[in-house]
Amino acid sequence: MTPTSVLRPLLVSAALLGASNLAVADSLENFDALAEAARGETVFFHAWSGDPTINAYIEWAGDEIEARYGIELEHVRVTDTADVVGIVLAEAAAGRETGGSVDLVWINGENFIALKDAGLLYAPDDEGWAHRLPNWDVVDVAGNPSLTTDFTVPVDGLQAPWGTVQFSFYYDSEEIAQTPTNLDELLAWAEGNPGRFTYPQPPNFLGSTFLKLLLAYTIDDRERLGAPLPDDDAEAALAPLFAYLDELHPHLWRSGRTFPANQAALRQLYGDGEITIGFANNPAEASGAVARDEFPASTRSFVLDDGMIANSHFVAIPANANAPEASLVVANFLMSPVAQLRKQDPAMWGDFTVLDVSALDQNVQDGFAALDLGAATLTPSELGPAIAEPHASWLSAIEAMWAARYQGG
Amino acid sequence: MPAWLRLAPGATIALLIVPVAAGLIAALLPAFGYFPPLGGVAFSLDPLRDVLAAPGIERSIGLAALVGLLSPLVALALTFVLLACVWDTKGLSAVRRMVAPLLSVPHAAAAVGLAFLIAPSGFLFRLISPDITGWERPPDLLIVNDLWGLSMMAGLVAKEMPFLLLMALAALPALDGSRRRMVMASMGYGRGTGFFIAVAPQLYRLIRLPVFAVIAYASSVADVAIVLGPTTPAPLSVRILEWASDPVLSTRFTAAAAALIQMTLTLSLLGLWMLGEKLVAQLWMRFTTSGIRSGGGKFPRAVGLTVSLLPMLAIAFGLALLIIWSFAGRWRFPDTLPAGWGLRAWEQLGGGAMELATTSLVVALVPTIIAAVMIIGCLEVEHATGRTGGNRSLLILYVPLLVPQVTFLFGLQFLGVVLRVDGLMASVMFAHLVFILPYMFLSLADPYRRFDRRILQVAAGLGMGFWRRLFQVRLPMMIGPILTTLAMGIAVSIGQYLPTLLIGAGRVPTLTTEAVALSAGGDRRALAVAATLQALLPFVAFWIALAVPSFLARRRRGMQIR
Repeated sequence: MTPTSVLRPLLVSAALLGASNLAVADSLENFDALAEAARGETVFFHAWSGDPTINAYIEWAGDEIEARYGIELEHVRVTDTADVVGIVLAEAAAGRETGGSVDLVWINGENFIALKDAGLLYAPDDEGWAHRLPNWDVVDVAGNPSLTTDFTVPVDGLQAPWGTVQFSFYYDSEEIAQTPTNLDELLAWAEGNPGRFTYPQPPNFLGSTFLKLLLAYTIDDRERLGAPLPDDDAEAALAPLFAYLDELHPHLWRSGRTFPANQAALRQLYGDGEITIGFANNPAEASGAVARDEFPASTRSFVLDDGMIANSHFVAIPANANAPEASLVVANFLMSPVAQLRKQDPAMWGDFTVLDVSALDQNVQDGFAALDLGAATLTPSELGPAIAEPHASWLSAIEAMWAARYQGG
Repeated sequence: MPAWLRLAPGATIALLIVPVAAGLIAALLPAFGYFPPLGGVAFSLDPLRDVLAAPGIERSIGLAALVGLLSPLVALALTFVLLACVWDTKGLSAVRRMVAPLLSVPHAAAAVGLAFLIAPSGFLFRLISPDITGWERPPDLLIVNDLWGLSMMAGLVAKEMPFLLLMALAALPALDGSRRRMVMASMGYGRGTGFFIAVAPQLYRLIRLPVFAVIAYASSVADVAIVLGPTTPAPLSVRILEWASDPVLSTRFTAAAAALIQMTLTLSLLGLWMLGEKLVAQLWMRFTTSGIRSGGGKFPRAVGLTVSLLPMLAIAFGLALLIIWSFAGRWRFPDTLPAGWGLRAWEQLGGGAMELATTSLVVALVPTIIAAVMIIGCLEVEHATGRTGGNRSLLILYVPLLVPQVTFLFGLQFLGVVLRVDGLMASVMFAHLVFILPYMFLSLADPYRRFDRRILQVAAGLGMGFWRRLFQVRLPMMIGPILTTLAMGIAVSIGQYLPTLLIGAGRVPTLTTEAVALSAGGDRRALAVAATLQALLPFVAFWIALAVPSFLARRRRGMQIR
């Protein structure tokens, strides 16, 4: 009897039991055996589904995974990832330690931290798994710190990187000749063009990111953002940010008396011509919208000179997942060169890769070089320096002060 | 009547009480800080304090109260004005035909359509720009999301009117309008005044329960509020959702406490409304005995018709815009119509749409039929025993409509996970059953109770047993109300978003979950496609509910609906 033939029935029965982290941990060293054992399983992938192009990409990934590994990928439609966190929490509260309904979740930031802090993420033999997957070797760990530190919290291999984004503004080049390069110019532009700029209302994700960008530009020392914000210091540290907002708000859309709800609403305002400058976390969003006739063809992008907020998004496996082994296989495929190349193609999605392109095979490198990102998308070099996400305590303080100041009615 | 049928009311009450009780406990305990799975091990008032300390919370509560009282009031008033104008005329059947399609438009889709219509970048402004206004850009006007919730109330009025109209139209035949009209006319009363004196008071009594449901709904609605309501601050329901979906777990206690406040608010509004009823009843008596006979002229009638039809026309227009959007290519302000057309949005949803539609229909049909059987069982027992259960059973019926959905569902979801039945289609159907049962009961109870007993007595006298009386006399004669009730069940089921998502653990995708997921993404065209399909199913159901009875009654004049 060969070692594998001993291992296989073990793995199969482990998969059937669905609760043997130890066997999986051993087999993470032998990915092929793991993939073989997971054949025939179904992975319920909970992923935000607000964009038909992304949904189509996930469908493609499902077909590939089915063909390569015999694993079925079910895309569970999600409006807000916090709902998925709720499902995992409810299951934990009910004492369901195995056979959970979420196998894999598209996640980052606050939601990841919530699950990590609650200890509800899959960790075979109490260790992360992402860095033990075969495709981790080509991940751009050195060049992109946000792949290992998510909103200042160490990832610890508890989620596998899927894509990376950097905040950028989009604007109508027929309306604006000279785009702002810093906050003063942005304010001056808003004064000269009343009602033509706004941001989604915090605590919406995109609106909060805009405030974090303002924070990075108004704080006396950016280094402070990596550490927690002391409670007694919040008022003073955030004073310049709110002084700026106080000046900006009267010139915003609807004079800052109401704000769009989210990214979608902001996009619609721009598409309807109500505002002239918008922004997105994904630098490819504007090009995609142009291709769908949502935005005018004259749409272009710009960034401020001193860098823009960047972050990454991941896939994670809840501790009680029904098919953790198969989920590992899916996570590994999602960060494979072939999947990442297709994902960066604006026609397919346009989400930037987490891989170190220079470490890949020449033909894949050529594939990345040949991608037409679209006129409204900046190239990675034009995007300029990345600003890391500040520690979560800064955002909590900003959101609380924002609500107290502008939501009082 | 067979003895086992007597179990029907008990079974129905259990069905409503058990999941709701679980939901309530899961809402009440954390509201007072106790919920060990989330780390709350001691009772405290902190969550309530947190809610009351939240910025702008007084305004959020005030908005919920304002919307919860004003929009039902306006909807009811307009419903009566419209009925007064068309009562006992051919216009009544025109209104009847109009109601079903409007009712079947999902709330979220209707709200989006209305926003397309009235926003500064919307259709109305495009019509007059730039020729009249000179605007090349949408004007910077605060119309949608206005601070007083006016556009939100407009949206709610427009969606509540069809519901109230449907209920009123179902109840109206029982009042024998033609004869009342003749009596009133013989005493010199015009059509309008005659309606308000001879029909309106009794009609109101018949649709009082639906009005209560509307108040409860309007004061706690979330999806319409998200699209059309104010945001600085938002009405209470939206803030509950925000707290409930915050990844920081401790805010779930805040959400539970806010949900408790929401429930108290809704109950208070109902109490306030009942006080108002007494006051209005007094004024009405004075008006009735005052001898005023005017108000039937052509001019007031035209004004009444215009005003009362306006909200529903807006919804219809919004829906048409939604459909146009689903085929639109480039469509920039101030173009009145799209500059290009395309099928891209329809192709993208593609073959998946059929699958989604099938799931939606199956998930709607099964609980609807179960609910219909249970309700008829209850009403038969009531008929045989003469006991209606009074206010107590009424309150039980209302519990699912009074507890804010999001809180109630956390409990249901919890229950589903404990019993390991989450994510199953059967569980979703069960959750839908809990939500559609009250609406269907409200829809069927009054027509059922008003059924002329003498017909059944004659049937019994002719030797017909219980089942034959039921299946050969009563149910065929009540085919109209029964089909309307079934259509109501299907429409309510298809509109259910949170139960489908939470109880189904996202594994039972329907047209509604797809539409709401897309509305979070902002591709207006894709949203328009999903919303159009979502509106189509209930539309067909209501159409059948109207077409079949008229077909069956084509040779029976007494059964014809006028």
